[in-house]
Amino acid sequence: MIGSPYTLGGNTTSAIMLKVMLALLPGIGAHAWLFGPGIWVSLLLCSFFAIGFEALLLMMRGLPMKPFLSDNSALLTAWLLALSLPTLAPWWLYAIGMLFAIVVAKQLYGGLGQNLFNPAMVGYAVLIISFPVYMTQWVAPLSLADHALTLADAFDVVFAGQGSISPDAYTSATVLDTWKTQTRLQTPVESILAQPVFASSGQAIVAAMYLLGGLFLLWSRLITWHIPLAFLAGVAVSAGLLHLLDPTQHASPLLHLFSGGVMLGAFFIATDPVTAASTPRGKLIYAGLAGILVAIIRAFGGYPDGVAFAVLLMNVCVPFIDSYTQPRVFGHKIKQGSDKP
Amino acid sequence: MSSPDTALPPEAAPALDAPRAGLLSQESRDIILNGLWKQNPGIVQLLGLCPLLAISNNVVNALSLGLATTLVMALASGSVALVRNFIPHEIRIPAFVLIIAALVTIVEMAMHAWTPALYIVLGVFIPLITTNCIVLARVEAFASKRSTAHSVLDATMMGLGLTAVLVALGGMREVIGKGTLFSGIDLALGPIAKGWVIPLAHDYNGFLFAVLPPGAFIGLGLLIALRNRILMRDSGEQ
Repeated sequence: MIGSPYTLGGNTTSAIMLKVMLALLPGIGAHAWLFGPGIWVSLLLCSFFAIGFEALLLMMRGLPMKPFLSDNSALLTAWLLALSLPTLAPWWLYAIGMLFAIVVAKQLYGGLGQNLFNPAMVGYAVLIISFPVYMTQWVAPLSLADHALTLADAFDVVFAGQGSISPDAYTSATVLDTWKTQTRLQTPVESILAQPVFASSGQAIVAAMYLLGGLFLLWSRLITWHIPLAFLAGVAVSAGLLHLLDPTQHASPLLHLFSGGVMLGAFFIATDPVTAASTPRGKLIYAGLAGILVAIIRAFGGYPDGVAFAVLLMNVCVPFIDSYTQPRVFGHKIKQGSDKP
Repeated sequence: MSSPDTALPPEAAPALDAPRAGLLSQESRDIILNGLWKQNPGIVQLLGLCPLLAISNNVVNALSLGLATTLVMALASGSVALVRNFIPHEIRIPAFVLIIAALVTIVEMAMHAWTPALYIVLGVFIPLITTNCIVLARVEAFASKRSTAHSVLDATMMGLGLTAVLVALGGMREVIGKGTLFSGIDLALGPIAKGWVIPLAHDYNGFLFAVLPPGAFIGLGLLIALRNRILMRDSGEQ
């Protein structure tokens, strides 16, 4: 090898994962501030199960613990899943989610870097298919809840079941749930938008904080602009078209961008370097199509949000996209009728 | 999934002039071992996956379809082995399919007559036994070249091997998905068996994922992994 002025040090896997988790903090903070302390319980539980399953599988595979556990990848998966799930769900829901995320989607495929599907989204998809009831009991914004839970209450609800406090006192439908059920009932748009869920901007503020964290990732060059921009544009353009065609059935693109998992998905989930496309053109195609799928699933699918399914479906296409979008190697000319470069 | 063209198993090179041997000769033992373990259609040859994945959502369905398939396989291999010298080589596949289809029709009508409830539950998967590639695979690879007794033995063992995988997968999915064992057994054995369902857990919410098709794929993958694990351990010891 010929020596060059290589840069040394800098981004190890563990440092990258830590920075991404750092970028999630504004969103987590906003969530805790607006929706109560339940988020700490679910983050803690998911992290615990993630490390546990990761250690167990590393042991079964006969791999060394320390280098793999300290790469923080399991922890980041745990955080992403915890932020996608409703807080204050029963503890076993988080356990099953992490089981499928870490054991099935990651370690059975060969560990970090070998997984075909985004682990957090696999966990999410399994849970929403299997336990739709728990997966739609979202914690209400504090401003709307009849009963604000303390941290101790939150532990109680997660571990001991709902107990003395009725779930109706602290849960509510999300913006997307409400939109989906009400438009099916042919409720006029004005009266849907007048509902308290839409008045409280809790979800939108959390989404804006994820956007802020995402901009930090862009600034620190951990991700490129291609995936977030194409993802958001895909959602906005297709949701906008649907909105233009029939505003009584389809919400405005702005509501789509700042509700559900779109912001988290665009900057933190679709950008997963293992499961996303890796060429610049490929990233645009991959994320753009994922964004379009999100809008389509939200508009016509059975589930209120579609980020997980959209990302998983596009994960399947990544090898195909990558092989057709390889950039021209420097020094090679574009083919002009002949086979020889 | 069940295209018969690609259904030729890798071991399809039997000795053409194998000596006729009594049951439980070395050869018969090989046939039994192949069907149940070494060349198990479910987890080694991966043939007939369509019904395997679709019907294995509980033990009763799995066992019923497994036994029906075994019966058809034994009858089909036996009949083909009997008439194999009269079928011109060029049109053997259509002839085999016709024989299999006729036998499946008989089994289907019998199930319709005697276990009508089960017949409705299994639905289209009974006539689909015709296109199950493991049936045609055994006929083409084994019965068209070997003696009648060995063919029947081979088909029965292959069928039982498939049934074992179906039942294991069905049990796994039923326990995880619904928290019971033998639910729907009254469909197969009549109302007398209504109380034979074993509930394993009370107020179990169920885990729908295990009952849905992805649960079947992951479950089958785990069974194959288990078999490979056992093989690895055995070869490690030797």
